[in-house]
Amino acid sequence: MKEFKILAVIVALVGITYYGIEPYAHSVMHPEVAPADFSFKDLKNVDTKLTGNAANGQALVEANCLACHAIEKAGHPAIMPNADAAASYGVVPPDLSQAGRIYDKNYLANFIFDPVSAMHLQHKYTPESGKAFPMPSYNWMTPQEIMDVVAYLQSIAPKAAEGKEAHKATFEAACGRCHNMKYAGIEATTPATVIKEHMGATPPDLSQYIKSRGEHYLHSFINDPQVLLKGTSMPRVGLNEKAQEEVIAYMEEVGDSKKAERESLGVWVLLYTFVFAILAYLWKRKIWSEVH
Amino acid sequence: MAEFKKADSMLEWFDQRLGVVNFAKVMMTEYWIPKNINFLWAMGVLLTVLFTFLLVSGIFLLMYYKPDANMAFDSVNYTIMQEVAYGWLFRHIHAVGASVVFLVIYIHMFTGIYYGSYKKGREMIWISGMLLFVLFSAEGFSGYMLPWGQMSYWAAYVITEIFGGIPVIGDELVVWIRGNFYVADSTLTRFFMLHVLLIPLAILGAIAFHFYSLRFPHVNNEEGEFFDFDEEAEKYLAGNKKESKVVPFWPVFLSKDFFVLGFFMLFFFYLVFFHYGFAMDPINFDKADGLKTPAHIYPEWYFLWSYEVLRGWFFEIAGISGKDLGLMAFGFANAIFLVLPWLDRSPMVKPANQRPYFKYWFWLMIADLMVLTEFGKLPPTGPNAWVGFGASLTFLVLFIALPFITKAEAKKVEGK
Repeated sequence: MKEFKILAVIVALVGITYYGIEPYAHSVMHPEVAPADFSFKDLKNVDTKLTGNAANGQALVEANCLACHAIEKAGHPAIMPNADAAASYGVVPPDLSQAGRIYDKNYLANFIFDPVSAMHLQHKYTPESGKAFPMPSYNWMTPQEIMDVVAYLQSIAPKAAEGKEAHKATFEAACGRCHNMKYAGIEATTPATVIKEHMGATPPDLSQYIKSRGEHYLHSFINDPQVLLKGTSMPRVGLNEKAQEEVIAYMEEVGDSKKAERESLGVWVLLYTFVFAILAYLWKRKIWSEVH
Repeated sequence: MAEFKKADSMLEWFDQRLGVVNFAKVMMTEYWIPKNINFLWAMGVLLTVLFTFLLVSGIFLLMYYKPDANMAFDSVNYTIMQEVAYGWLFRHIHAVGASVVFLVIYIHMFTGIYYGSYKKGREMIWISGMLLFVLFSAEGFSGYMLPWGQMSYWAAYVITEIFGGIPVIGDELVVWIRGNFYVADSTLTRFFMLHVLLIPLAILGAIAFHFYSLRFPHVNNEEGEFFDFDEEAEKYLAGNKKESKVVPFWPVFLSKDFFVLGFFMLFFFYLVFFHYGFAMDPINFDKADGLKTPAHIYPEWYFLWSYEVLRGWFFEIAGISGKDLGLMAFGFANAIFLVLPWLDRSPMVKPANQRPYFKYWFWLMIADLMVLTEFGKLPPTGPNAWVGFGASLTFLVLFIALPFITKAEAKKVEGK
């Protein structure tokens, strides 16, 4: 009984200290932020209730987008190699094959209307900065035309797939133009020197971000970087919830590749240790019965 | 040369040459431990096991780790954690073990203080134990640098910077420790040497010394009772096992330790596999960058209390800068435990709760250390800075007051 009392005192003191230096200190250093918003409610320039016409959208895309963007999926390859495209625009323009699948519909429509405000990068592309985002605003299009473009992009997008390869494809489409992922052998399609010039700093390698930032942080951060890191030049990329989950899943598959092994082995080790503890207890009882 | 008769058994063969029978008696079956003990007396064996875990996992990590500023981070986070079979397991055991070993050291240390196991002949046990604490601290600090993450780098930067406060030689000393003007590859390589060779060697020696220092004064017991060990041992050997106040180290004492160890290991492996974040700070999974200071820099949890003693002094007093005052307080805090046997002026060897004044001192000290630990992690701004100052000052006052408190206690007890 006395030993249980001692144990209770120690557990209480250790527990209080642990609470203070872990959960509590972290809540002070990293206060909770607004929850991720996957409908991008702040963007209201385009009425997304309009039904788009994919055939009309195709004509608009071919007339307006192909000068810069590749759409491999629809038979439009890139016009120039990545290095040249990066040198011309500052960053390699994305291939639009996946756009209809990975971006939220509302975000995509408003992005076409005005990229900078959709990305939350107004602080970077101010008139005084003399900088301009490489893609112009298509605010001269009618909302109906923009929704036609969106409908077309959605119609050509590949069906969602499962598994690591699918996660990788989403990661590359969403992040791979700027970020390296060394531990997966992924190098940003935009050359390092060019992207540094374009962004103002080299975008970090994401190999260990699942560990250094953690799923909780990434969930908010990818949805809107400005919420956690005000002033960063990383754009809000507008991934829908499913695509963002795939990106994070891929970061975990690369950055914490032994997770499944760790968790299954852990159960066996605990079981083994438990059996040891029980046997040790029985042996102790037998030995001490002679001396007590 | 002594005459050898032909041995009848392998045991006898070894006994003739190495005296193993006597050795086993002295070390195990006739090494006497008091019977009146609780599970806190198992901490020494727990520490020995944890140290073995650290040593073995460290040897495995050493096979793939690269002590080079360009390669260290990836050798840990990619090669060891992802490529090498079960490399992650060795790293987790090593990282969690390094953190948990301090938890057990603190429990072991405060058990010693609580039961007064540092005085009346047990001074050398205490001093060798504190020596081990210092060595383990150096081992923990040097090891924390090796993964070459952001916290490795900046904790090393801040802690080595502390030596700059030493008068006259400070600036040169910092350069001498770092091997450069800033924390650099040279710092990493020398800390690697310290971590895998020099300090472990010293620890092994100090452990042997600590065990040896227990032999003459003997292990304390739950009531602080002094008795004749030879007499009690005779009773035990004569078969009066229930009556005797002692038990042999093997198998009786160890059987209890194994039982405690079993349940402790359940806790330990739970942490290793499922709850390791406290020992592997997320920030350290960003590679070291000397140009990018993290928003919050803090040492591992077991250094937080002394870090807060250092940080608590943030303003000038009587013309001495806060930085210098902090450094003095820090030096005091790290040295004062060593002389504890001479600060406690009461001859009483009893559990703290049976000592009229010491009990208040003991629990106040524990509370103060907990406050220091907690505020050592929080950002030192606004009221936090003042709480830190108050707790740091309290720490100094507690130890300065201890001789007076215990002297008064001795008088009170005598007077009864």
